[in-house]
Amino acid sequence: MARHSTHLAHHFDNATQQFESSKLGMWLFLATEILLFGGLFVAYTVYRANHPEIFVYAHHFLDKTLGGINTLVLICSSLTMALAVRAAQLGQRQRTVTLLAVTLLCAFAFLGIKYVEYKAKWEHGLLWGRHYQPALHDASAGAHQVPVLPAAPPQAAGDGSEASLIAPAAPAPVGLAPQATAPAPPAGKHEPPADLAAPKNVHIFFGIYFAMTGLHGIHVLAGMIAITWILRRARRGEFGPEYYTPVDLVGLYWHLVDLIWIYLFPLLYLIK
Amino acid sequence: MSHDDQGQAHVHVVPALVLLRVWGALLALTFVTVAVTWVNLGPLSVPVAIGIATVKAILVALFFMHLKYDRPFNAVVLVASIFFVILFLGLALLDTLHYRDDLIPGYAPGIAAPAAETVAPAGDAAPAPGAPAPGH
Repeated sequence: MARHSTHLAHHFDNATQQFESSKLGMWLFLATEILLFGGLFVAYTVYRANHPEIFVYAHHFLDKTLGGINTLVLICSSLTMALAVRAAQLGQRQRTVTLLAVTLLCAFAFLGIKYVEYKAKWEHGLLWGRHYQPALHDASAGAHQVPVLPAAPPQAAGDGSEASLIAPAAPAPVGLAPQATAPAPPAGKHEPPADLAAPKNVHIFFGIYFAMTGLHGIHVLAGMIAITWILRRARRGEFGPEYYTPVDLVGLYWHLVDLIWIYLFPLLYLIK
Repeated sequence: MSHDDQGQAHVHVVPALVLLRVWGALLALTFVTVAVTWVNLGPLSVPVAIGIATVKAILVALFFMHLKYDRPFNAVVLVASIFFVILFLGLALLDTLHYRDDLIPGYAPGIAAPAAETVAPAGDAAPAPGAPAPGH
């Protein structure tokens, strides 16, 4: 070894071996990320298999338009990220910086749209667990928002006490609510149709929704920090055809974040 | 491969046109995903949505994530992780789908409706869903 690249650690034979080792390490990390999200996808699937009516009812509350726009934003950011990796490989410094900046802007746009969505859920009491209280928050929504609970399951001996372990969905005066003659409220844009009765335990959908999109949002934040880091390094001219490993690996991470959303969008927003 | 090559000998630069075409395909497939919800596909709607998402995911993995040009071992890692997620999912569903739907009366009204009707008249202990409970 006559010359020694500044980026080549001494325990690697050559730059190619070092690069491919880094990339394999990143793929192993991405595999753990897929398994992490896998647990949530299993929770989603099990609950949807057992309680399809909850998902059919609750998905009406989600804003398909904003979700769709966010999908397009992420796909565009994936393209600019892939082009940024390409520019770094070709040693086009200014182009790398510009493309990374556009990717970062797309990430800001995604989180901004997500903030608008979360804020609307918060204001309407469409939250997880005990915090799912649309009737208390949305005075204009009318009687159909008061959960009409089925009668309490009988506590026969040997029936098991599983039902009693589940807290009531909402502390509304169930017995007083008019059941057959619920007046049709003005149909909001993002509400279930008035003739669709609210099932029990709608809060489960929002628990899953916030767990999945929240974990994804944390990954978007982490990706933005990583992109900012390589953006600063790219500005200093640290990357070129000989060494662009960080750009490539952050790119892989960002594409995985996009990939997860590709599944989340139809599964949460586009339920039929 | 010489022992002292310093540059990245196996750099594969994906042509910009390929990336742009993949981007166009992803946008088109996103539109298709939304469009299929306008027609009622019945029980096929979930498999179709998952199928379209998987085509998009394969496009992203092959071209944006360079798996088409990489050593195949990186793809093995990805496929293995997905395999284990599917295994996890399959075993969980094997369990959860094999309970009687009406084990807890009124707990799964969406899928247990016919079963609940046959159970309800059988005794006083199981009032029809929606009827006022004696306790209220």
